[in-house]
Amino acid sequence: MSTPLAVGWRRQALLIAAFALAYGLLAAFVEHSYYLLILTVVPVWAVMGLAWNLLSGYSGFVSFGHAAFFGLGAYFVALAQIHWGVSPWLGIPGAALVGAIAGLIVGIPTFRLRGHYFALAMLAYPLALLYVFEWLGYQELALPMQRDHPVAYMQFEDHRIYVWLALALMIGAMVLTSLVERSRFGMSLVAIREDEAAAEAAGIRTLAWKLRAITLSGALAGASGGFYAVVLLVVTPPAVFGMLVSAQALIVAMFGGVATLWGPVIGALVLVPLSEFLHARLGNVIPGIQGVVYGIAIVAVILLAPEGVFWKVKDMVLRRRVQTPALAGLGSASVEVPPVRNNSPGAVVFEVRNASKAFGGLRAVRDISIKVAQGEILGIIGPNGAGKTTLFNLLNGFLRPDQGQILLGGKDIAGRRPYEICAAGVGRTFQVVRPFRRMSVLDNALVGAYVNAASDSQARAAAEQALAQVGLQDQAQKLAGTLSNKQLRLLEIARALAGKPRLLLLDETLAGLGAGEVEEVIAVVRKLAAQGITIVIIEHTMQAMVRLVDRFVVLNEGALLAEGLPQDITRDSAVIDAYLGKRWRVANA
Amino acid sequence: MSVAQFTENFLQALIAGLLTGSIYGLMCVGLSVIFGVMRVINFAHGDFMMLGMYVAYYAFGLLGIHAVFGATIGPYVAALIAGPVIFVAGVVVHRLLISRVTGMRGSTLQSEGHYAQLILTLGLALILQNGGLYVFGSTPVSIATPLASNAWALGPLHGDRIEVFVNQGQTVAAVIAVAVVLAFVMIMSRSRLGKSLRAAADNPEAATYMGIDVAQSHRLAFGFGVAITAIGGGLLASGTSFQPYVGLEYVIVMYAGVVLGGLGSVSGAFFGGLTIGLVQQMSTLFLPNQLQNTAIFVVFLFIVLLRPQGLFGTAMRRT
Repeated sequence: MSTPLAVGWRRQALLIAAFALAYGLLAAFVEHSYYLLILTVVPVWAVMGLAWNLLSGYSGFVSFGHAAFFGLGAYFVALAQIHWGVSPWLGIPGAALVGAIAGLIVGIPTFRLRGHYFALAMLAYPLALLYVFEWLGYQELALPMQRDHPVAYMQFEDHRIYVWLALALMIGAMVLTSLVERSRFGMSLVAIREDEAAAEAAGIRTLAWKLRAITLSGALAGASGGFYAVVLLVVTPPAVFGMLVSAQALIVAMFGGVATLWGPVIGALVLVPLSEFLHARLGNVIPGIQGVVYGIAIVAVILLAPEGVFWKVKDMVLRRRVQTPALAGLGSASVEVPPVRNNSPGAVVFEVRNASKAFGGLRAVRDISIKVAQGEILGIIGPNGAGKTTLFNLLNGFLRPDQGQILLGGKDIAGRRPYEICAAGVGRTFQVVRPFRRMSVLDNALVGAYVNAASDSQARAAAEQALAQVGLQDQAQKLAGTLSNKQLRLLEIARALAGKPRLLLLDETLAGLGAGEVEEVIAVVRKLAAQGITIVIIEHTMQAMVRLVDRFVVLNEGALLAEGLPQDITRDSAVIDAYLGKRWRVANA
Repeated sequence: MSVAQFTENFLQALIAGLLTGSIYGLMCVGLSVIFGVMRVINFAHGDFMMLGMYVAYYAFGLLGIHAVFGATIGPYVAALIAGPVIFVAGVVVHRLLISRVTGMRGSTLQSEGHYAQLILTLGLALILQNGGLYVFGSTPVSIATPLASNAWALGPLHGDRIEVFVNQGQTVAAVIAVAVVLAFVMIMSRSRLGKSLRAAADNPEAATYMGIDVAQSHRLAFGFGVAITAIGGGLLASGTSFQPYVGLEYVIVMYAGVVLGGLGSVSGAFFGGLTIGLVQQMSTLFLPNQLQNTAIFVVFLFIVLLRPQGLFGTAMRRT
C-alpha cells in the first residue's frame, strides 16, 4: 500500500495479533457471565461494522440495510439447526454463504441507484424481510439445547469459549478487510467513492467491484448474524432485522473511522460496552437507552467531525507530512524523448463515422465524422455549446451514440461501457478536473494503471512511469487535493497514461492555466505524441492550440464546420464567423 | 371467491385506500417540502410524525381538548394542534442540528452534505424513537374517535349482493387532510412567504442576492414540513393506536410517495401518497394483512429502481 500513513503489512499483522492476544487473555480472567457476554458481543458488532465498512466505507455507497444480511444469517443458523439438525459449526459458514448470495441479489438492482436513494432503498430490504418472517410464524425461534453433544453444536459450559470464537471471527474479518484494502479491490472501491465516473473512465469496472464488495460484506454480516443467534439462543425478527441492527453497523464504523481497518473495531469497543452497561444499570428506568447512546454518538460525530474522527486526524497528520521526499528510483522511470516531431501522417487508428446524439430536441452532436492518424495531435475547437464534450462522452462511453460508429483500430466501440473502452486503449481527462482528491498522486495513477496491468506490482510500475512522463514524480506521495491546477491537469493525464492508452482524449486541458504553465503542459503533450500516442484535444480558445496541434476540427452547434491545418483554419471565414461573429471579420477585413 | 364477493372486496379496498391515502398524501406533502423542494434528507421525518401523534394524544387528554370538544371531534382538533407545536420543534431542531449540514454549509461536504444529513437524522431518529420509549412508554396508546368504529353502508348495490362500508372516522380525517393540503398549496403558490421559500430552495445563492433570508427560509420550510406531517400523524392517531417506534414504518411510505409524485412537486407528493395508500389497501386483496407493509416496501423499491424521477417527472442525466 502506498499511502504514507498505511502501516506496513507485517506491522499490521503484528498489531492485530497483539490485540487478539490481549483481548483473549482478558477474557480468560473474567468469570462473570454477563461481562463475558459483553466481551462476546463486542466482536460481533465489530464484524458487523467491518462488513458495513467494506461496502459503504470504502465505496461510499451508504447502506441502511445491513440488518437484512445479519437477520438472514441468524435465521439460517436457527432454522438449519431446528429443522435439519445442522450444527452451527456448519451453519455459520452457511450463514455467510446466505449473506453473500443475498448481497449479490440485493446489489444487482440496487446499484442502479446512487447517494441517498441507495441508502433508502437498502433500508427497505430488512424491513420487508422483518414482516415476511413474522408472517411465516417465526416470531421467536429458540435454538434447541443439545445435551448429548454440546460441543458439536457450539454449546459450551465455559462462556469464555464464545469470546474466543467471536474474536476469531473478528480477526478473520480484519484480515479480509486488510487484504482488500491493500489490493486493487480496495483501491477501486475508494476511487469509486471519490468519483465514480472518473473511475469508470480510468478503466475501473465499477459495477463488478461494487457487487464483489456487497457480496463479501453480506457474507461477513451473515456470519456475524449466525454467530449472534448461537450466543443469544433466541432469534426474533425485530432483534435481527430491526433498524437498530443496521444503524449499529453504520454507527460503530463511522464513530471509529470510515474506510479504515481499525475504525469499526474501535467503534465497537467504545460503544457496545457503553450502551450495554447503561442498559444494565438504567434499562429499567430508561428503556431505550441503547438507541439513545448510538443516536447521540452519531450526531456528535457528524457535528464535530463530519468526515469521521479517523479521517480528520489523518488529514491533520498528512498535512504535516506533505514534504515527504520522492520515492527512490522514481526518477529513473522517465523516458528519453526525441525532440523532433514527425509530421507525416501514419495509418488511421481512430475514426468516428456519422456519429449523432440528441438530448430530447437538442441535437448536441450531428452526423460527425472524424479520422485520426497514428501519433497525430488533433485539436477539436468550437464555441461553448458546440458539442465538444458531448462528443468526448460518446467517444469514451459515458454516452451511447444514437447512430454512427466509433472505430478504434478498425473495431467498433460505440456504446460500450467506459471501462471497456478504456481497456481497449482510450484514456481521457475532464474539462473540470476530477482527481480522486483523498488519494495520493501515486494512487491516482495506480487506479488508472490497473486496466492494463496483470499484477499489482506491474500496475505500480506503470503508475510511476506515467507520473515521470508528466513530471509529477516528486509529488507522488502528496494528496491529490493539495495540488495546484496545473498539477491536477498533469495528474489527470498521468492517470490516463498509466493505462497505456493508444488514444488520449484531453478535454480543455489548457483551460485556466497561466501562460508559462500552458507551455509546460504543451511540452508534455508533444512528448507523448512523439512516443506514438494519438491525441485528441478539445479547447475553445484557439491561441495556444495553434502551436500544439497538427490539424484542427471545428465544431459549431453540434456539426462539423471545418477541418484542416492550423494555418488554414485560422483564416477560414466560416470559422471566424462562428467564433467571433460576422462583425469581427468585417471590421478586420 | 365469487365475482360479486371480489367486487365487494375490491370496492372496499378502493375506498379504504383513498381514505388512508389522503392522510398519507398529507404526510408526503410535508416531506416533499423538505426532501422534494429543499433536497434535505430527513430520515427522522417519521419520528416527527410520531411526536405529532403524542402531542395530539396529550393535547386531547391533558390539555382538555377532550373536555371542551368531546370525544368525537376532539381527536381532530388535537391533530390540528400538533401542527404548530411540531412546527416550533422543527424550527429548533433545524437551527441546532440540521442547519449545520445543509444549505451553504452542506455544499462543502461530500455529495452536498446528503450523507451527513442522512446520518445526522438517523441519529436523531434513534434518539427520538428510544427517548420516546422513556418519555411516552412502550404501551400502545390511542385517541380513537367513536366515529372510527362507525361506518356508512353503501348499498346493497347490484341486486343485494354487494355492500360497501365507509368508515366515518377515516372520512372526516381524509377531508381534513385534503383541506390542509389545499391550504398549504395556496400558501406556497400565492403568498410572499411561499414565494421566498421556493426561491430559497431553488437557488439559495440567487435568493440571497434578492434579499431573501435563506437561512430563515430553510428553517421555516423545515418547520412547515414536519408540522404538516405531524398533522397527518395526528389524523392517523384518530383511528389507530400507536407507540414510539411507529415512525419508521411511515418513513418508507412517505419517501415512496414523494419519489412517486416527482421530487419538487408539492401537489405531486399528495397524489404519490394517495397512490401508496391505494397500493397498501389493494395489496390486502392478494396478500395476507401482515404483508401490507412488505408490499409497500417492494413498491418503493420498484419506484426508485425503475422511475426515480417519479411518475410525473422527467429524466435528467448528467455526466
